[in-house]
Amino acid sequence: MSKVINLKRGLNIRLKGDAEKVLGTSFEADKVALKPTDFPGLAPKILVKAGQVVKAGEPVFFDKNNPDILFTAPTSGEVVAVNRGERRRVLEIVIKADGKNVSAEFTKTDPQKLSREEIKEQLKISGMWPFLKQRPYGTVAKTESVPLHIFISGFDSAPLAPDYEFILKEQTSAFQTGINALSKLTDGQIQVGIRPDQSAGFFSGIKNIGITQFSGPHPAGNVGIQIHQVSPISKGDIIWTISPQEVIFIGRLFETGKADFTKTIALTGSEVTSPKYYKVIHGTSLSGLLKKATKQEGKERYISGNVLTGAQVDADDFLGFYDQQVTVIPEGDYYEFLGWAMPRLNKFSISHSYFSWLNPKKTYKADSNLNGEERAYVMTGQYDKVLPMDILPVYLMKAIIAEDIDKMEQLGIYEVVEEDLALCEYVCTSKTEVQRILREGINLMIKELGN
Amino acid sequence: MKSLRKFLDNKKPLFQKGGKLAKFGSTFGAIETFLFTPNHTSKSGVHIHDAIDLKRTMTVVILALVPAMLFGSWNIGYQNGLAFGIERGIIDNFIFGFLKLIPLLVVSYGVGLGIEFIAAQIRGHEVNEGYLVTGILIPLIMPVNIPLWMLALAVAFAVIFGKEIFGGTGYNIMNVALLARAFLFFAYPSQMSGDSVWIYDLPNKVPIDGFSGATPLGQIGQGAVSKMASFHDMFMGFIPGSIGETSIIAILIGAAILIFTGIGSWKIMLSVVLGTLSMGFLCNLFPLNDYMALPGYYHLVMGGFAFGTVFMATDPVTASHTEKGKWIYGFMIGVLVVLIRIFNPAYPEGMMLAILLMNVWSPLIDYFVVEGHIKRRMKKAKLKANA
Repeated sequence: MSKVINLKRGLNIRLKGDAEKVLGTSFEADKVALKPTDFPGLAPKILVKAGQVVKAGEPVFFDKNNPDILFTAPTSGEVVAVNRGERRRVLEIVIKADGKNVSAEFTKTDPQKLSREEIKEQLKISGMWPFLKQRPYGTVAKTESVPLHIFISGFDSAPLAPDYEFILKEQTSAFQTGINALSKLTDGQIQVGIRPDQSAGFFSGIKNIGITQFSGPHPAGNVGIQIHQVSPISKGDIIWTISPQEVIFIGRLFETGKADFTKTIALTGSEVTSPKYYKVIHGTSLSGLLKKATKQEGKERYISGNVLTGAQVDADDFLGFYDQQVTVIPEGDYYEFLGWAMPRLNKFSISHSYFSWLNPKKTYKADSNLNGEERAYVMTGQYDKVLPMDILPVYLMKAIIAEDIDKMEQLGIYEVVEEDLALCEYVCTSKTEVQRILREGINLMIKELGN
Repeated sequence: MKSLRKFLDNKKPLFQKGGKLAKFGSTFGAIETFLFTPNHTSKSGVHIHDAIDLKRTMTVVILALVPAMLFGSWNIGYQNGLAFGIERGIIDNFIFGFLKLIPLLVVSYGVGLGIEFIAAQIRGHEVNEGYLVTGILIPLIMPVNIPLWMLALAVAFAVIFGKEIFGGTGYNIMNVALLARAFLFFAYPSQMSGDSVWIYDLPNKVPIDGFSGATPLGQIGQGAVSKMASFHDMFMGFIPGSIGETSIIAILIGAAILIFTGIGSWKIMLSVVLGTLSMGFLCNLFPLNDYMALPGYYHLVMGGFAFGTVFMATDPVTASHTEKGKWIYGFMIGVLVVLIRIFNPAYPEGMMLAILLMNVWSPLIDYFVVEGHIKRRMKKAKLKANA
């Protein structure tokens, strides 16, 4: 029987547009892209030129700071463009898919027979390595480090998030192989966090892992929260994280000797005509997915990821490296007459000064309006209510703004990344940009103390 | 509404950078965001935001103050009637009092908001919502006979020296409304205490026989405990006092609104009450003077206690910011208010001073709470490392 941890603090934001548990008709993405901007702090060295033909798993660029980590093509096809932004910063490398998804050849072996170094090598050359993220900081794991444990969250609790039981089903064998490979990389354990109702689900059939159950509202499904509850990070500790679909990529690699970056994502949000799941290639172009899929009633905002942590993208942009969800919500660039005084029965709020507490089942259509203006901190104790961690979030924010490294360290900056504090930003009366401030703090830590 | 929006959109360029009236940009902005929630959308981080904002928060507090304000208006009329033997109905009492209250509100908002707008303009900031609540709090903690120029002076002092020099709403150390009251209390004590200031017209006319106009706390100070109003009257609020402070019932309605919406901290309110009861009980054990002999729970219905507990001590900016700190902060206010009332007969009203003192102390309380938190985290890390 696995341990159950009850988390009381948090908030489920009830939104319209949850994905129905069916797989939409598959479509062939004509383009895929890798975006170096998905990795904070990365300095890409591009290895391909426009016109070059690549196979899935063949290197496209590497990080100048960590040259042995390769970022490889998600599928086979022709490189059509290396798009650059301001100061020639590489924004994306676009590959026109040939539809065959041919992979480069890698060693096909049972990972249990391989050494740690051999597994690392296979992950590095195939482009699987960047899926491993490290805590502190949530950056790509360093190849020379050995983590205390590897944590995997077995569910996503964010608004409208995909249901892992649905997207993982029938892939037990590949997942198990992936786990076997990963377990060689740590001296500790592979720790998986699940919801209590998953106790007989997908993960119950997996060996070689430790399972902890987490009940409670979002952010219970955030891997950072789960680490904090099971094995809190102190200075010098390193823990790696990875998400289940990425474990399956690794499993497939060892089982077949091929890089296959096919994954299931959820298309969600109030503006999607019929929200459901789709099988896509990692880094897929969103234009095919979004074409005719949205209501087009007004201006729409497309988000790669969920409404709390995702990145705003254009309709012809690409899926983010780690994302398994696309959300479409209405843009909120309208004025509301005396908005602050209105009953606003159609808006969701954690506060009882609105009426969404009256009907705990009702779902809401949320738009991108700030619902107010940015102000100095006035209210207190708001953040603590949605963060199930032994951390004082406002004091951490203040330490970051003051660039006080000692205090940042003492107040727990090693334990959090943006997604963990995203709800704090959502509930903030003063509309403080919590995630931006936190990333600035993390960047400062990396600059001063190294990654 | 569309035509109003159009009008604003038309005029907006005038007030923006480079426009003719750019000097009044903050003023225009304040009026615009008052009329229309702005069209700002998320630029970083979360894509959706909770519907709560500072304007909504302040509106709820004002709503919570309404019962106390309505009762206070009625009580002005009622007390005036008692003093001069005039019989009026409930409605007439209310109208009589409300007409006395309106000039105070006008002066308070006029002066306070005026300074806020100017300060925002000088700094090039938006006008903050903080004064919306302060502006109604200040008249409610004044005696009805306060001269308008004195009120204006107090508001100006409190807003400039209590808030703007620190950077505006959210940065102040002491409660602005209480600072206004404290300023008058020390600068013009004769207008802020005594027996005649609480009843409209009392300083100018002779009351009926036997009417004193003293507040219950004052009566104890004068050794007139026997004449003190009953617990029931104090609870209902049929007593002289600052305009909004007398009725515990009206204040409790406000407290219920604040606690239910989560905007006022129940921890602070509860801990103030606990602090007062404990200290009151302790004093009962050694009844050296009339104040000490007073049963502890009487403190809860006397003077500015209830109003201060619900609306002043809970000001989130000047109270402790940490959850643990709130317990200490509140409890200490409770202890201090009894101590000041008992040992300082010159200032029978201890609530104002107790809260202001703890306002000053709350950053220190928070400092120790945060240090304790850090120590505990470090200890946990050490334990883990050794395990």
